[in-house]
Amino acid sequence: MMEIVKVEALTKKFDQLKAVNQLSFSVLPGDVYGFLGQNGAGKSTTIRMLLTLITPTDGDIQIFGLSLSKHRKEILQQIGAVIEKPDVYKYLSAYDNLKLFAKLSGIQPTRTTLMEQLELVGLAHRAKDTVKTFSQGMKQRLGIAIALVHNPQLIILDEPTNGLDPQGIADMRNLILSLSSQYKKTVIVSSHLLSEIEQIASRILIIDKGKKLVEGSSDELFDQSKIIIELNTNDNKSAYNILSESNWSNKLQPIRNGQIILQINKNDIPIFNQYLVSKDIAVFSLQPRHSLEDYFLQITAGKQHVEAFRN
Amino acid sequence: MWKHLEIELYKIFHRPRTYLAFAAITALIGVIQLGLKVDGKEYTEFVMADFAGSFSVDGKILNGYFICYVILQLLLVHVPLLIALIAADMISGEANMGTLRLLLTKSQSRTEILLAKFLASVIYTLLLLIWIAILGLLLSLVIFGTDDLFIMKSSYVVVVKSSDVFWRYCGAFCFAALAMTTVAALGFFLSFFAENSIGPIVATMSVIIVCTILSTMNIPLFNLIKPYLFTSHMVTWKEFFDFKVNDANEAIIGSIQYPDKIIRSALVLVLHIIIFVVGGIWYFRKKDVLS
Repeated sequence: MMEIVKVEALTKKFDQLKAVNQLSFSVLPGDVYGFLGQNGAGKSTTIRMLLTLITPTDGDIQIFGLSLSKHRKEILQQIGAVIEKPDVYKYLSAYDNLKLFAKLSGIQPTRTTLMEQLELVGLAHRAKDTVKTFSQGMKQRLGIAIALVHNPQLIILDEPTNGLDPQGIADMRNLILSLSSQYKKTVIVSSHLLSEIEQIASRILIIDKGKKLVEGSSDELFDQSKIIIELNTNDNKSAYNILSESNWSNKLQPIRNGQIILQINKNDIPIFNQYLVSKDIAVFSLQPRHSLEDYFLQITAGKQHVEAFRN
Repeated sequence: MWKHLEIELYKIFHRPRTYLAFAAITALIGVIQLGLKVDGKEYTEFVMADFAGSFSVDGKILNGYFICYVILQLLLVHVPLLIALIAADMISGEANMGTLRLLLTKSQSRTEILLAKFLASVIYTLLLLIWIAILGLLLSLVIFGTDDLFIMKSSYVVVVKSSDVFWRYCGAFCFAALAMTTVAALGFFLSFFAENSIGPIVATMSVIIVCTILSTMNIPLFNLIKPYLFTSHMVTWKEFFDFKVNDANEAIIGSIQYPDKIIRSALVLVLHIIIFVVGGIWYFRKKDVLS
């Protein structure tokens, strides 16, 4: 199967800093490709290189089987993007913004088409209002409508849930899923939130300090049976000492910010709770954690990255 | 490119800021016309005071052509600010709003986008000057009527026959358009280097103020650089009102005293426009867009 995006040994240097370092990955047709990394990991720089906003120092980018440096125009005609904040012209209405960017994308849509597009992102009722009156979530949805207006094959969304409330995040998630399943689009979505990517991505790339850590399908990367939990008790210090000397010691992660962190099997949680109670430890909470930091701990056995995240 | 130009014009004329410039010009010209309508006689007596005993004047000095000359002298110093408001905002304003990156992810080349933006700012500049011409010349002619144009120089008076004035104004406005396009090109160039509008607008005005001071100061060191400063050439529109005289010291209708001076100044301004636009585009084509 021909890759939609094929990136090989991509490197970007800003003076002495290597923001992206020998990064290679490929995106297949129909993928919702999760691009995951901490803030400053190099996600946005990579995405900007895919969109020709930044010139790579080295490496090769092929999109739709064509070299991006040689076929920029043809390639960008088939890409829709929202980069970080969905900034649009605030003094124009949602409808006018959409019409303007449609024209820029080389199409002359009818009013009905534009209204359908706004309907898709739930903004049809605010079509004539100027964007300066919109909430962040509404701007984000308008940004998506603009990205989709010319019916591109590939959609690139850089941190699309930034600044959204929980309902907005859920709406965005559903929209991305429907773009893939209903409209058969290939989507690259970047985020620093593991939970967000895990729920929508069919394949995931995790980068750190500009380098690839892992790439694979969601199922391959995440063992759903094991979870990371944060334990809160009436006496965390005693609880940690007791667990260190018990059979649970191999589940313990290094203490972070005074919190006891364990990686255990989901089914073992009731037994674990009973054990603590039997040792006169009052359990206040056993809270599942779902951060990228925890995942890094999982895939690196909790060694290399802990210090980096603390700093 | 034309589609993009249309879009840029659409954006310019959907911004309240654009109409502020037209409103400011309307107000300024209105105030000057009102002032001269009410107290114009005293004004002309004051400016003609040095020549009062030398000759008498038939006809009315305070006519539409004279008013327009006064307006141009007063206004062309301030119009650069109104042009900078738009031209210096063309790139930096988009960078500030965050729309620049969205624009650059479209399939048009950067050169195409930038040229369309520059052309849009030139069209805005021309419309501004046409508006000045409509209010300053045509409206003044309606309000004050026509007669010969009296221009008071430092030590002499130039009288241009009314039948010989209109085409000179056409030439002067065309030259002013070139001068103001240079200002637009400067603002456009400076807008590549900032991510907010204020910096390039202030920088454009600062460059104009400094260069104007250098152009007007009569110091040998500055005289060396004066011919290369675009501000030295921006006032050459006045040359359209200097004519040749025959042996009987009568004005030769349709003549210009120093046409080569106008051509030289126009070439210097065109050269500046090319340098600012090409330089800006060359810089921006290689720029990483990080905003």
